[in-house]
Amino acid sequence: MSNIKEGLLYSESHEWVYVDGNVAIIGVSDFAQEEMGDITYVDVPCAVDDVVKAGEDFGALESVKASSDLYSPVSGTVVAVNAALDANPAAINEDPYGAWIIKIEMSDTSELDSLLKPAAYAQIAK
Amino acid sequence: MRYYDRLVFELSKPGRVGFSLPDASEGLAALSGIDSRLMRSVPARLPEVTEVDVVRHYTNLSQMNFGVDTGFYPLGSCTMKYNPKVNEEISGVFADVHPLQPESTLKGVKTVYDCLGKSLSAITGMKKFTFLPCAGAHGELTGLMLIREYHLRRGDTARTKVIVPDSAHGTNPASAAVCGLEIVQVKSDASGLVDVESLKPLLGPDVAAIMMTNPNTLGLFESNIKSIASMVHEAGALLYYDGANMNPLVGVARPGDMGFDVMHLNLHKTFSTPHGGGGPGSGPVGVGEKLVDVVDSQKVSGFHGNFAVMLRALAYILMLGRQNVGMVGRLSTLNANYIKESLKDSFKLPIPSVCKHEFVFDGLADDGSDGGSRPGASTLDVAKRLLDFGFHAPTIYFPLLFHQAIMIEPTETESLETMDAFIDVMHKIAEEAKKDPEVLRSAPHTTPVGRPDETAAARNPILKYSFE
Repeated sequence: MSNIKEGLLYSESHEWVYVDGNVAIIGVSDFAQEEMGDITYVDVPCAVDDVVKAGEDFGALESVKASSDLYSPVSGTVVAVNAALDANPAAINEDPYGAWIIKIEMSDTSELDSLLKPAAYAQIAK
Repeated sequence: MRYYDRLVFELSKPGRVGFSLPDASEGLAALSGIDSRLMRSVPARLPEVTEVDVVRHYTNLSQMNFGVDTGFYPLGSCTMKYNPKVNEEISGVFADVHPLQPESTLKGVKTVYDCLGKSLSAITGMKKFTFLPCAGAHGELTGLMLIREYHLRRGDTARTKVIVPDSAHGTNPASAAVCGLEIVQVKSDASGLVDVESLKPLLGPDVAAIMMTNPNTLGLFESNIKSIASMVHEAGALLYYDGANMNPLVGVARPGDMGFDVMHLNLHKTFSTPHGGGGPGSGPVGVGEKLVDVVDSQKVSGFHGNFAVMLRALAYILMLGRQNVGMVGRLSTLNANYIKESLKDSFKLPIPSVCKHEFVFDGLADDGSDGGSRPGASTLDVAKRLLDFGFHAPTIYFPLLFHQAIMIEPTETESLETMDAFIDVMHKIAEEAKKDPEVLRSAPHTTPVGRPDETAAARNPILKYSFE
């Protein structure tokens, strides 16, 4: 049984969102990292000030098994990308809720309403 | 199998030779006109070894190899059929031709292309083939470029999307992306086929094509293909056939008759030319009536593809002949169903219907875990354990629809005895998993290399030999 952290929102594509005022901090769930296996490369080609849309991909995670796209749960402007993951992609396996991937300043916070609460996410993360 | 891990550089001793070369100083003097920036300042570090060193080195390495000439190779989606030795004989006959020699001296070569083109058209129902593409994905890209050109010629610039089923080979969306097209995924229904209801709303004036492989990657025949074809054509789009799974259809059914407009074939799979380890491949692209003009005027050429591979494919087709070619599809289908039915009690079979040339299990029926401290055996562990019994592992963790996917494709090559031996071993492994999954988790026990650290290799690849 994977760990689903309270206090976060989740997407159906297994990203988590921590809402910090107007900024969404985004990573992937424990379930996602477990399914993928050892992550070998974090590919986030977007940079600060790039605009992303909810539901669109902003990068990909590569593991020994497969490559999986990362989908942004919210729309907005990129304010930070976690460059430390370049050198240490294993951080996502070790601490999925600590290893944030991207921070986005949201343009429409009402999009958060369509994300899943932990209990609802638990229904699909199995 | 004796463990052998030397590199030829490790055998090298300065001055040791296998052959006496004439003094090169005169030749070197003649090179004095060459720009010094283009000249080596340090001699190339070639290994210095005797002939017997070289022979033993490569013979030892080859003995650690596993190929279809060594044993059963049920790698799903790869069609690892036996490559008849007569193919090699035939391809050697043309070893001296050169692509730049005058066309008037290449009549025999032209006859080979014509004859192979006609044979492939007869087998697939396509009107015309171009032979340039050197692999399946190369064929996909060529085919999609032809489709794009077809639409543009009709003055239709709005078709920028390609529909790809969620069970597709990974090359399909990759080729579409390289071609500058946008990928739209259509999902499978509960029976593992393209969900026709989900496809309908995706079709529109912005769709260039749908890419399908039939049978699909679960080995299932897309039985709705005729209605899918008419829906797609009605929407003004084309159907692309990924020929990777053509084997069960050879001599039985033709993509052209199903409504496909463009396709590629993997001669290195379906038509018995050697593959694995990177080539040489051949991915000729066939087109139906609508695109013959596009192919003719686009000059999909340059050189003429991997000619020696085409010779082998033609030899294979002619050796089978019209009367036997239909056994390819039928036997490969029979063999896959035989293995599937024989093993379905020991392995989870998510889609129980009759398969074509391959099928997919979703891991062990009982992985041996006790739900607590004793972890079970995974698909990877089953694959590793198979090596101990002298079988190549099947394809694992593909397609992605099932988490513990094991994809088995025996091809028409294998005898009943070989398949029975494989089935026995798979049952034995399933029993081992139930009793003591650790036997699987620590496998292989008998191979020269156990479990390479794939994670370390991916995270910190060492790609270059260090002489120091």
